[in-house]
Amino acid sequence: MEIDTTVSVPQVESTRTFRHVLAVIARDPLSLASTIVIVLFVLIALFAYQVAPHPDEGAGKTNVSNTMLAPSWDHPFGTDLLGRDMLSRVIIGAQPALIVPIGVVLFAVLIGAPLGAIAGYKGGWVDEIIMRVTDLFLAFPSLLLAMAIASALGRGLDKAAIALVVSWWPWYTRLTRGVTISLKERYFVEAAQAVGVNDWVIIARHILPNTISPVLVQATVDLGTVILAMGGLAFLGLGTQPPAPDWGLMVSDGRTYILNQWWIATFPGIAIFVVVLAFNLLGDTLRDIFDPRQYR
Amino acid sequence: MSALVEIRSLKKHFRVPGGWFEKVRYVYAVDGVDLDIAEGETFGLVGESGCGKTTFGRLVLRLVEPTSGEIVFGERNITNLDRSQLRPMRREMQIVFQNPLSSLSPRLKVEQIVAEPLTTHHILPREKIRERVIELLEQVGLGQHHLDRFPHEMSGGQCQRVAVARALAVNPRLIVLDEPTSALDVSVQAQMINLLEELKRAHGLTYLFISHDLNVVQHISDRIGVMYLGKLVELGPSEDVFDAPLHPYTKALFGAIPLPVVDAKRELTVLEGNVPSPINLPTGCRFHTRCPIAQAKCREAEPELRQVRSGRFVACHFVD
Repeated sequence: MEIDTTVSVPQVESTRTFRHVLAVIARDPLSLASTIVIVLFVLIALFAYQVAPHPDEGAGKTNVSNTMLAPSWDHPFGTDLLGRDMLSRVIIGAQPALIVPIGVVLFAVLIGAPLGAIAGYKGGWVDEIIMRVTDLFLAFPSLLLAMAIASALGRGLDKAAIALVVSWWPWYTRLTRGVTISLKERYFVEAAQAVGVNDWVIIARHILPNTISPVLVQATVDLGTVILAMGGLAFLGLGTQPPAPDWGLMVSDGRTYILNQWWIATFPGIAIFVVVLAFNLLGDTLRDIFDPRQYR
Repeated sequence: MSALVEIRSLKKHFRVPGGWFEKVRYVYAVDGVDLDIAEGETFGLVGESGCGKTTFGRLVLRLVEPTSGEIVFGERNITNLDRSQLRPMRREMQIVFQNPLSSLSPRLKVEQIVAEPLTTHHILPREKIRERVIELLEQVGLGQHHLDRFPHEMSGGQCQRVAVARALAVNPRLIVLDEPTSALDVSVQAQMINLLEELKRAHGLTYLFISHDLNVVQHISDRIGVMYLGKLVELGPSEDVFDAPLHPYTKALFGAIPLPVVDAKRELTVLEGNVPSPINLPTGCRFHTRCPIAQAKCREAEPELRQVRSGRFVACHFVD
């Protein structure tokens, strides 16, 4: 047989490798800046107690001799009502502000994505049941639903996190279901069926791995939204409980003094703003990389 | 030669999605096909796009549920088997699709793709799988160095070879080839055809070769069937049908093949209009709306597929 087995194909540059993603990010100053900001904040969150100038005050120890000091070299962000160094508060507050939303989004994806893939792949009554349940959740604004669940569960960071997972997973079910329905029409799924591969294996091996790109994009944008929602819940007294530091709680406490002691609410507010903006910008960039058709 | 596949008045009507208050309508994709495919033969199925040939291929493998009719495979009626009963049958019949890149899972490596049938059917112990995958890749003209490739790192021809290797992995008796060459470059098409013929000889395979590329079909097939709007209009040995097509549709279809001889003269029938919609089928003979020799009778009575010479079947009132 005249088939040349030695033919080598030049290595085609894949458009979806990690390297390629990094390269595209590096080319765009805005997404590069947002990536740097996110990395910086994650590092600060991880090493909060090493970085903070007054870690004990950051964690909640009061210092009544220093109440409400304006920003100075000793206290760049000033001090709050109980004399705690605001810089340390913001730095240590980065931990719940970043780590909890990451956990929330992760669990929402872990619950939502497989359900969406099952609904999209199986169709019929399975699809109806799963999607009607998600419709039930999606009928409420997610923040309102999270507030309702959080207040039903009681105060606390862990309960706020659970409330957010419960109100966020249906979005991922929606998303993966849509992607799955389009993947189902592709030949490789039919080929797996022709081979006799079990439905669950098809979902786990052929469908879910191919939904990663859109889910990743959505998750990045959602991280910003969840950080904001966490702040909102804390602001309402439903999330982190004092004396633990939390950006939302700090904004809530500081708003009474906003005219005279502006720094108490302003700096945590800026922290929320910068992180949320960074995640949104990065999410937009990832969307452009993974799904060029959705260019606005 | 005995029949490996026997198809009896097979029909597939897809329901057209519509509102609650709309009249229920159907696409008559496959509308009553009778066909035997002999063990070891290559049966070519040709027709314009939308004539139901792809649906027919999927019906034979039970990838699509038939509306009515019977599919007998290796003397076993598989029409009503459920999914778990069908699973062992998957070892006997496989399919290769038209678009090579999209028929391979984008996030799996070649090794995982070709090994999937082996692990699914527990054909080999785990430690022997890699060896068998390499053997399969070598059979289709690829090699060990392709094991770690992803589909997007390979050419269309190489992807199609991987798809063929996957189909071969279970040692099937029948392979449905659904336009396996139409997405490939012409030079690669020839290699693919040679490979398929070689594999057929080596493994005693039976092919159902679906294509609209008449030259390729003529080259590879022992017998061919011509489909028009869900029905066979002509059936016979490949050479005979190509040399002397009997049905007016077949004549027109083959008239559309460019001849290699510059001055060759032939009767050129140009078909008027488009293929009618498979939702609103013409009455009587489905071809009468475009047929150059249609008469009043054709509008009323649908011609049966009948034998007019030894081994040659035609569905037309005016052929004898």
